[in-house]
Amino acid sequence: MPRPDTETAAPAAPARHTTNFLHRLADSDIFYSFRHSPVTVAAAIVTLLIIFGAVAAPWIAPQNPFDMASLDLLDAHTPPSWEADGNPKYLLGTDDQGRDLLSAILYGSRISLMVGFFSVLFSMAVGVSLGVVSGYVGGFVDALIMRIAEIQISFPAILIALLIDGVLRTLIPEAKSEQLADTVLIFSIGISGWVQYARTVRSSTLVERGREYVQAARVIGIHPLMIMVRHILPNVMGPVLVIGTIHLAVAIITEATLSFLGVGIPPTQPSLGTLIRIGNDYLFSGEWWITIFPSIALASLVLAVNLLGDWMRDALNPKLR
Amino acid sequence: MTAFIIRRLLQSVFVMLVVALVAFLMFNYVGDPVNQMVGIDTSFAQREHLRQELGLNDPTLVQFARFVGHAVRGDFGLSYQHKRPVADLFKERLPATLELSLVAALFSLLVGIPMGVYTGLKPDGWLSRIFMAFSLVGVSLPTFLIGILLIFVFSVILGWLPSYGRGTVVAIGGWTTGLLTVSGLKALLMPAVTLGLFQLTLIMRLVRSEMLEVLRTDYIKFARARGLTDRAINFGHALKNTLVPVMTITGLQIGSIIAFAIITETVFQWPGMGLMFLQAIQNVDIPIMSAYLILVAFFFVVINLIVDILYYVVDPRLRVDTAKANGHA
Amino acid sequence: MPGPLLQIAHLRIAFDTRRGNLVAVDDVSFDVHRGEVFGIVGESGAGKSLTGQAVIGLLEPPGRITAGRIRLEGRRIDNLPYARMRRLRGKQIGMIFQDPLTSLNPLYTIGRQLTETILTHRNMSHAQAREHAVRILSDVGIPAAEKRMEHYPHQFSGGMRQRVVIALALCVNPKLVIADEPTTALDVSIQAQIIALLKQLCEKHATAVVLITHDMGVIAEICDRVAVMYAGRIVELGTVRQVVKHARHPYASGLMGAIPSLRHRQERLNQIEGSMPRLAEIPAGCAFHPRCPEAFAKCRRRRPHLIEIQGAQVACWLYGEKA
Repeated sequence: MPRPDTETAAPAAPARHTTNFLHRLADSDIFYSFRHSPVTVAAAIVTLLIIFGAVAAPWIAPQNPFDMASLDLLDAHTPPSWEADGNPKYLLGTDDQGRDLLSAILYGSRISLMVGFFSVLFSMAVGVSLGVVSGYVGGFVDALIMRIAEIQISFPAILIALLIDGVLRTLIPEAKSEQLADTVLIFSIGISGWVQYARTVRSSTLVERGREYVQAARVIGIHPLMIMVRHILPNVMGPVLVIGTIHLAVAIITEATLSFLGVGIPPTQPSLGTLIRIGNDYLFSGEWWITIFPSIALASLVLAVNLLGDWMRDALNPKLR
Repeated sequence: MTAFIIRRLLQSVFVMLVVALVAFLMFNYVGDPVNQMVGIDTSFAQREHLRQELGLNDPTLVQFARFVGHAVRGDFGLSYQHKRPVADLFKERLPATLELSLVAALFSLLVGIPMGVYTGLKPDGWLSRIFMAFSLVGVSLPTFLIGILLIFVFSVILGWLPSYGRGTVVAIGGWTTGLLTVSGLKALLMPAVTLGLFQLTLIMRLVRSEMLEVLRTDYIKFARARGLTDRAINFGHALKNTLVPVMTITGLQIGSIIAFAIITETVFQWPGMGLMFLQAIQNVDIPIMSAYLILVAFFFVVINLIVDILYYVVDPRLRVDTAKANGHA
Repeated sequence: MPGPLLQIAHLRIAFDTRRGNLVAVDDVSFDVHRGEVFGIVGESGAGKSLTGQAVIGLLEPPGRITAGRIRLEGRRIDNLPYARMRRLRGKQIGMIFQDPLTSLNPLYTIGRQLTETILTHRNMSHAQAREHAVRILSDVGIPAAEKRMEHYPHQFSGGMRQRVVIALALCVNPKLVIADEPTTALDVSIQAQIIALLKQLCEKHATAVVLITHDMGVIAEICDRVAVMYAGRIVELGTVRQVVKHARHPYASGLMGAIPSLRHRQERLNQIEGSMPRLAEIPAGCAFHPRCPEAFAKCRRRRPHLIEIQGAQVACWLYGEKA
């Protein structure tokens, strides 16, 4: 008896598979649940807007906040343009260096998104490969990887990221630390988040490994690496994408937190967290805008991404509603 | 029961050893401990002498054994930055952190569980929708942002609550407490809410999804089919079954409260261990960093152990099956 | 002589989905008399479990009754308010589920679950309820019942657990028990014991049983009358003798051909080609016509209704006007 699921999983998928994709998407339950959830649509719009603002920052921002020469210290601490002392040049006011806040927020989102995105990619790469290997190879390798995962997961990710970040910063010479700040952050946040991917991928791999098509591939002598990449990986990517979306929100929060704590992105090229840290010092002197505007930007970004992740999880897993 | 606890204890010891190894490696190989202790003008011979004295030339395994031995006795050496024994520094700051964490944990449990039960029982009610929206905001707002917003509203605009410190504390024996004075309680309010809010939303969502899951099970349907009252079903049968997984996660969450205290303590300049740890990271004060790591791991392990034992008390399936032998059909 | 215990008339159960209103059970009518064992048989998805859930008022949303009446001792119960329906459950109508392994709350002792149920419906002291529970437990064949009261579900084997489930369903003597595939999850060797126990207990207390199953063997063994369901409708209804020995509907006779027999040597069991259509794809005319060996033109156009033939009821154009 032909098994339909074995057919679609075969490596040589028929060509109509792709041409029909858009039609099938439009008709799918996922798209339906998307269109019928106004909150999700709003979240998607907000996310896209922020991503657009971040990517297009060099062209749409009124000022380049990283260019110290363009800053005018005389303009420092200007309130938003609608306040009494506001300057129409600076819509959301300026910070302590005379940086235009709107531009700083656009550029800051760029850094926050970039660090978040690459951290997630890094986590994903580490977690997925360890998970596939763990599930496929089994035995001692599996036991070792899962043991490490178990110990790491019992500590909050932010603590792990903080520690790795702390250690790396002491290892890197002072002169290079500013340049490498984002790399250090991506590495720290990335390492702190791999466990979830590895666990999910491992259990799906265990299931897939037992399936007939993988058994068949083994019998005809296909290299294990080939089997993992061609046959198992495509089948475990769904849950990985869901975790990735939710993780993106966590990674952005972690970056912002580390930067706020003063061990993340330096103030010369501030991320949203760094901007909030800078502004926090002026909260009591009435200059609320330096903190509050970046905070709003950060909160809406994380909230929107979280909403998308939540929706995605529910849509892909109707059982959990 | 004893075998179970012994097995758990062994696992805990193993975790502690792994953490100790990480702390030890950090202590010995990140930065040079000798460089941190002496001035630039110290001669090479003097350095070598100090190195020998500190045992830094011994085989790594011996050094690790010595490190563990010292750690067990609470000796983590001198802080580079404060030039005082790390243990003393921690002793001074422990009460502040524990008080804050405990109040935050109680807050998140006492509010989070009822909210979760309610949203689980009435998933489509309007109050449930408000709770769920609130929880999403709670998950999305980073802890430090909640702290800043609270300070902005209650300290800057309204001027009701202090924005930093512990207020007046009373010393009882070796313990300082802020729970006995009005200014201490006022100072505790915002940090505890800040720290507890994230955990509260997590606990609420967890209880809700467990509740929904349990309400779908066959034994709940069977209880309905027997005509039991809603109260007996929801609070007798369903709630008790959700508690088992909820307890496990809650244990982990409470552990992470101690870690998240780093952020809250920084925002509110709360004089606890977390604030000290963060300053240690900024100043590369390795002894404090490694001691903090071990201490936090220790808290985690103890909490997990307690949770495991509770688990055992609640769930009869985990108890030894002596009766199973005579249970043939 | 009062009327039937349970009367179901023109019951329709539908699901509101985004693809429209899916009718899962349509125009189902039958009576169950006091002390009778009434079987409902059909493939999974035929609507037999939904019918059972509708009777006890435990249809899960989005499923709901959209037409028809259900009467217990002449009183309508399909439109009762929640609280009154709850008091009916367990006391008047009991239910036995398919899987004894998941039907019992793992965190409470058997004794507690029994006494709780008894105390909900009977005005008794705790000690009396306990005594009653022990008696019920030994009635369902659990040895050392007194001691077993203190045990948790996981300490019982599958067959023993189903006995406990039966005890729970019968502990306040309901007039009607709905048994939804009560033996499907059990070992074959234990199935016969459980069926025999059910039959014996219900005879003893004059409890009527609606037995839902896909196993024609079980039906033939203990039922008095049986309804065969296909794609949400009853296609044949009659006494076990009429339906098992002389099935008229091609689907019913196909099902009967699938009973293994020890008396007659058969090369292989008969099977019906194809499978039952999904709810959204029920064809026009007779729902069975695509699989029916005897279908003719009218079957594709018009849906047959139940007609009476020699005391049995059949919904098939073979027995009506052919054009």
